[in-house]
Amino acid sequence: MGASAMASVVLRHVSKRFGPVEAVRDLSLAINDGEFVVLLGPSGAGKTTTLRLITGLERPDAGSVSINGRDVTRDPPGTRDIAFVFQQYSLYPHLTVYDNLAFPLRSPARRVPEEAIRKRVQKTAELLHIASKLGNRATRLSGGEMQRVAIGRALVRDPSIYLMDEPLSSLDAKLRAELRLELKRIQVELGATILYVTHDQVEAMTMATRIGVIRDGELLQLGTPREIYENPSDRYVASRLGTPQINFLPAGLIPEAAMPVGTDSIGIRTEHLQIAAANGGGIVGRVHRIEHLGDQNHVHLEYQGQMLVTLADPHQPLQAGQDVGLQLIHPLYFDATGRRIADTVH
Amino acid sequence: MAQIRVENLRKSFDLFTAVQDSNFTIEDGTFFALLGPSGCGKTTTLRMIAGLELPTDGRILLDGEDVTFRRAAERDIAFVFQLFALYPHMNVEQNIGFPLKCQGMPRRQARERILETARLLRIEHLLSSKTSKLSGGDRQRVALGRAMVRRPKAFLMDEPLGALDAEFRQLMCGELRDLHERISATTVYVTHDQHEAMSMADRIVVMNAGRIEQIGSPQEIYDRPASMFVADFIGSPPMNFLHFEGSLHAGDRAIKIRNASIVVPEIQEARAGGPLVLGVRPEHIQFSDTAPVRGRVFGAEYLGTTQIVTVDTEQGQVKARLPSSMSVRVGETVGLAFRSDSLALFDAQTGSAIRTASHGSVGHG
Repeated sequence: MGASAMASVVLRHVSKRFGPVEAVRDLSLAINDGEFVVLLGPSGAGKTTTLRLITGLERPDAGSVSINGRDVTRDPPGTRDIAFVFQQYSLYPHLTVYDNLAFPLRSPARRVPEEAIRKRVQKTAELLHIASKLGNRATRLSGGEMQRVAIGRALVRDPSIYLMDEPLSSLDAKLRAELRLELKRIQVELGATILYVTHDQVEAMTMATRIGVIRDGELLQLGTPREIYENPSDRYVASRLGTPQINFLPAGLIPEAAMPVGTDSIGIRTEHLQIAAANGGGIVGRVHRIEHLGDQNHVHLEYQGQMLVTLADPHQPLQAGQDVGLQLIHPLYFDATGRRIADTVH
Repeated sequence: MAQIRVENLRKSFDLFTAVQDSNFTIEDGTFFALLGPSGCGKTTTLRMIAGLELPTDGRILLDGEDVTFRRAAERDIAFVFQLFALYPHMNVEQNIGFPLKCQGMPRRQARERILETARLLRIEHLLSSKTSKLSGGDRQRVALGRAMVRRPKAFLMDEPLGALDAEFRQLMCGELRDLHERISATTVYVTHDQHEAMSMADRIVVMNAGRIEQIGSPQEIYDRPASMFVADFIGSPPMNFLHFEGSLHAGDRAIKIRNASIVVPEIQEARAGGPLVLGVRPEHIQFSDTAPVRGRVFGAEYLGTTQIVTVDTEQGQVKARLPSSMSVRVGETVGLAFRSDSLALFDAQTGSAIRTASHGSVGHG
């Protein structure tokens, strides 16, 4: 990649095994300066191990890690230019917010003058909207404020990369939505480079410059949220993004002549399965259940023994048991192994 | 099967009133959700219906019969907590059959009931399995089977899916609703999760601080929230609130926010000057260069087909759900146009909705 001169962190063919478990398998990834890369995968996919390999808390069995163009594969953790934010905020309860934020800068190894620390802490607190809380004890904060301080403790430093391990997962939904937006704003404002791991597709889609979808230690696809959503490389990736999940149908059930050779199944996102008049021929499904979400309805349909989900306006009159015609707008074709087949039809 | 009536129900613990003066009727065969944040009184209400808690005041009627002071065991109601509590040393059949054994039902009859229950839950093939060998979903089905096997008049469920991860929860919501379609048992379901309530319930009671805020179908509650609390609790992102000062006259078809005139459904309730709130759902906002309400784009969140765009306005932050094909730049100034027939108005002091042509007599059905 030509951009590698700009890359903050580069992993080359990294593998790591714990006994019989291959936690990370031949993983290559370059994170460019100023990028917000999100590794998305279920628990046990190898996300956290990847972070730990970058920090130096784990050593790869094979492959190399470089930070800012320097090979750090054999370097101890303390010497790598990295800041880490964990899932559980661990603040010093006896210290004020100010002292918690200043703590990483007061490390004897860094020797930052107190005046510079004050400026840095003040700026970080403003960025995180906790400037009015600087005098508070860390324990006298709400959950959201504590997590802001925990993130702030990483942000006061200016490392090559911030590594974040599900930092929002312990917060309630409302706070999570708020901090998602904040974190993205801060990242853009600082031009910070972030590698963030999560199992939450909404976090990945809303914050990432690029998403890496990871499963069983393997990086399946890397791309912008839009690329991953619109152009998934296989069935798993297609099913990982989108709520409700994409529909799959065996190719044999589709009365469509123009399918690429080797098509085994097709994927249809819920918004691309459109309800049309029932007499138009083609696919006719039976409404099984209508699920209300307020802004829209999820319509569960049965077609030839397969359950499908599509979206409908909440005020569109539909009833369980009713037959409706279905139109497939943007089918994605997959082969028998689940790989996406390039759409040569159009 | 049964109708459940709750009349003037109240519960106090010393100085704290957990439930104040609740009234509602759950018709036979209804899937009824008690929805609200923690501490709103929903679980206390459920426990009083179950007979696990005695009311301070009021009555509970089961099929017209006053059961207010009956013990839980005498109410013919099945209570389902977190669905996972199974007896580990028993197999699936013994787990499901346990309540019948306690009742002393003859073995052959019990066996028939267990089979029928397993068939409804589609777990006949698992009857002789050990519970420890089951998947999470099957464990949950067995726990449900144990509640169903007695053929109670009603099911009471207290956050049964609370401990599950999001994807599995969605799957189980679908299953619970499907099961409800098959057996049509009166179900009272307590949750703090608006998605669970919206996706499963026929009717929802929204509770807040011991009080009923609104009773209605999911769509009614979404479209015509009775209060700012309900409008904010339902929907993700929730309804936007634009604060303004003004007075309203019956018959008005527009309001004024600063110098911007905004068309609203015909107002049917006058208000002398004071703080008011315009409520707009995110999907009822469009960008328009000519719209008088203006703001600056704070951020955009891609969600696949749609994106949520957050805009800072003088009336506060507003979130709009827009097609993801639209390109939006952070920092740009935009005009916000609202779909006028779906706007809501609230009294900022009481938080309650103001009556309009599309927001009729909302209240406590």
